[in-house]
Order: sequence, then structure tokens, then C-alpha cells
Amino acid sequence: MTRTLHVLAPGLLTTVQDRGRGGWRHLGVALAGALDSDAASLANRLVGNAADAAVLELTLRGPTLRFDAPARVALAGAATAMRFDGECVPCGRPVDLPAGTLELGALRGGARAWLAIDGGIDVAPVLGSRSTDLRGGFGGWEGRALRAGDALPLGATHARPIDAPRAPAWWIDPADDAQLPIRYCPSVHPAATALARRAWSVSASSNRQGLRLQGDALASTGGDGVSEPVAPGTIQLPADGGPIVLLRDAQTVGGYAKLGHVVAADLPRLAQCVPGQPLHFAPVDAATAHRLACAARARIARIGVMIDARLAAV
Amino acid sequence: MSPRAACDIEALADDAWLLRFGDRIDPELNAAVHAMAARLRARQPGWLRDLVPAYASLGVFFDPAEDAARVHGELLALVDEASPTVSGQRASGGDCSPLPLLAGEGVPRLVEIPVLYGGEHGSDLESSASELGLSPAELIARHTAGDYTVAMIGFAPGFPYLSGLDPALALPRLATPRARVAAGSVAIGGAQTGIYPRESPGGWRVLGRTPWVLFDPDRQAPTRLLPGDRVRFRAIDADEFARLGRGQDTAS
Repeated sequence: MTRTLHVLAPGLLTTVQDRGRGGWRHLGVALAGALDSDAASLANRLVGNAADAAVLELTLRGPTLRFDAPARVALAGAATAMRFDGECVPCGRPVDLPAGTLELGALRGGARAWLAIDGGIDVAPVLGSRSTDLRGGFGGWEGRALRAGDALPLGATHARPIDAPRAPAWWIDPADDAQLPIRYCPSVHPAATALARRAWSVSASSNRQGLRLQGDALASTGGDGVSEPVAPGTIQLPADGGPIVLLRDAQTVGGYAKLGHVVAADLPRLAQCVPGQPLHFAPVDAATAHRLACAARARIARIGVMIDARLAAV
Repeated sequence: MSPRAACDIEALADDAWLLRFGDRIDPELNAAVHAMAARLRARQPGWLRDLVPAYASLGVFFDPAEDAARVHGELLALVDEASPTVSGQRASGGDCSPLPLLAGEGVPRLVEIPVLYGGEHGSDLESSASELGLSPAELIARHTAGDYTVAMIGFAPGFPYLSGLDPALALPRLATPRARVAAGSVAIGGAQTGIYPRESPGGWRVLGRTPWVLFDPDRQAPTRLLPGDRVRFRAIDADEFARLGRGQDTAS
């Protein structure tokens, strides 16, 4: 049976994302994908999907969606008040739904959340990924954020007909380390370590391409250099002295000076930065970055195993 | 070409190294970048995820689960092997079997790009020519006489940065960028020439337009051009522009 997800209200910026589009960066194609692919993969795990199934990425305010058939859904990342046909349903756990309308409100405690639906969002992969490339205008759903009236195909389900929403009593928490500084490996740029000595706040002009920082401008070394490769996590310093931390929709090459890169383990936290939020940075060496990445991977693996054990016990 | 010293290796991300061959726009440095990229592709190390050749540096992305220090060591060894014969590597790239995940990038080719210069598709041709003290026909002749190289692809998917522009044709960018530049527009920006793959805002001087679609994510090979390709422009008339434009619709 083919299921369709109807978008009644799109939310602020809701896109289809999976783990990203690797292997095409030499052609200028951005990585894209969920800004926190760990959270997206846990949401997938909660509904029994493969880790790379396509999910919806929500930004600040979620969409209103109508399911035309039963589904199992799970929301990971920032929390929100979810209502199904007016009744509250919980975050961070698998929720079985009959056909009906799911309303996701304003996000709390972060900027983004990922909604997995069993079977995944079944759009056609483009260049090996279902992720939306907003700047390139392809992938995901018509290469753009969702709009009211969109009807998205869902993959096959094992959900059984039920009368009312059902959810278990357990849940997974988002990692609670919002107060820690963002750790980065500084470059040899003269202003690289000064980044950690100043207070920053997140600019409202931030998006999936990059997080813009506001604060006392750093000493810029002037004009642009020869363009060279950049990556999600690269900290750029434009001539105006306001740093930009690149995220997953970043271009593949850039000419701004580089202050270093945010460690992989802290990239998911950048996804949760809301405009105006204070942000601090702390320099670490490559060995620390490696240790943090291993610890983060182990933590996600541990949560995954616990989810599987709980699901098997249901 | 004389032997080139080994490049520097810097951290680009937890899962990427940057091989820096220099810090200026220079055909020899760029050739060294593409030679190293071809060498890495030929080796197909299991950890390789993405390669980003730029003007004078190469981004090497690896499996995040791989030990970064081990990748660093392998890259150092490859650089040492490659450095004495940089120019030769590129010429003998024929045995490079492309990585499946790097989708078809292989031997540098010579690609001829048809361009309809001037008129509605090249709204800056006349003003650019007069600024350079040339007739429009002379500007077209000198632009098509150039032997260009795709130094890198970036800024937007499929946007080729072409090196090799006749220095006498360098033009400053427009003081006020245009809100819309048509897809396929062939333009000069500073000492570079390039082609807009998609309609977008832009500040480069538009000389003409190619009917070719430069980037189509639904095609098996999404770009017409690959990093390291040699490029020539060929002036075409409006009839050929229309014909090639139609042919493209049916081909894709």
C-alpha cells in the first residue's frame, strides 16, 4: 500500500535530509544532509529504519502533517509539543499513529529536530542521496523546503491499524552539553586562538550553509586569498572580522582566511544554535578531537543498542 | 618541467587533510594538484571519500572511522613518490581507473564549448570590448583563441573556474552585481573566465552564452566539465545555438 504524507503547513524551514551526498565535492556539490546526522540516525532507529533513511529536518518551528495511513514516527533533537488530532504525543520515542494530523509546534531548547517516519521519505535519490541541496536546488522534495500542499511518498510500513496514538514509557534524551564551549582545532592564522578569548553570539542570518558569529571583530588579514577547499566545520574569517562556521550546505571551496575547524564531535551542537544564543570556543589538539569523536560514536552506538533492546521487548 | 618540492599537509577537518602546493594562481601548481588527485584516484585507497582539487591545494576527505594519522602517513608517501615527476603523472593518467564513488572523473580531456557571443545573451560584450580598446569581434577572437584549464569547480555545483585567460582581457567585476545571470552565461571576472551553470545573481561581465547544460544532477555524469579538463570556446550563431539547445533537451 502506498502511503502519502500531506504537508498542511510547512513550518519555518522543513527539508528532506539523509546522511548527505558524498563523492561529488570535486564537482562543487555540497555534502548536505541532516545537520546532526547522529540525531537523525537515532530517530530512524526508533522507527526501525536504516540509519540513512530520509527524514524531515525541522527548523525552529515544525510543520503540520497529515498521514493518510498508519505510521510509526519519532522525533529526535530539540523537543516540541507534538499534537496528534489535538492529543499530546511525546518526543524521543517511537509513536504509533493511525491516519490523522500531526502538528509540530515551536522547537524548545534548540533550533532543529528530525522527524523519522517508518519506511522513510521515499523521494528518488539524486547523486546517491535523498538530501535536499537548497543552494543547488535539487534533491529532497523538488530541491526546496516543503510548502503547504506538498504530498510526499513514504516507504513501505509494517504499522498495523490502530485507533489512537500509542507510545512506550521510555525515551531517549538529547545530549545535555549545551553549556560546554565549542571545541575547535586552530589553524596557524594569527587570529585563530583569539576566537576562544572572545564572547560570540549566533547571528540571525545563519542558515544551513553557515553559522555567522556576532561579537568584537577579529583582526582580519585583509583581502581574500586563493580559493581552497573548505568543509563543514571550517571556521572562516571574512574581511569584516565576523567569523563564519560552515555547516553541511557549505560550498566546497572558499577564499576567506581560515581560523581552523570545529571538531566533528561538536558539529551536531552547532545545529542547535538559535539566533542570539551566546557561543564560546575552546581550542583543542587533533588527539583530543579524535578522542571526542570516538566517545561520541561510542555514545551513539550505545544508545542504538539500548533502543534495539527496548524495541525488542515491546 | 623541473621537479617540484613536496606539498604541505594541513588539517582541514577531523575527516579531511588539505594538501597545499602553494598559495597563488599558477598553472604549474594547479597541474600538480590535478596530478596528485589523479594519483590518489588511481590508488583507490579504501578510506577515500572525496577529493576537492582547487587552484593550488587539494582537499582529501576520508572515512571518519579511519585513523587520521595513518591517512596522513599514506599521503606523505604518495607526495614523495609524486613530486619528481609531477608533469609526467598528468600526461600518463590514462591508466587511472576512476573510483566508482568519484563517478567518472578520469583523464583530462579537451572540451570545446559552443558560445553565442553578444546580443541578448552577451549583454556586456560591447561595453567590455570598448573598455579594453577592442572591437567586439576582436574580443570574441581573443576569447576563443584562449587555451583554458578547469582549475577547479566550486562556488556552485558545476561552476568551472577557468584559468588561462589572456591577461589583456582581464576586466573588473560589475560595480553592482546583476540580480539574474542566465544559466550558461560565459563571463569574465577579474583575470578569470567562467560559465554560470544555473541562473543566479552575478557580478561577472557576460560575453555570451552556451546552449549546453553544464550541471544536471539527474545525469549519470552531472557535469560537462571535470576538474583538470582543457577547454576551448567556439563562437556559434543563433541558428546553431537554437539547434544545440534543442538537441540537449532530447539527449538528457
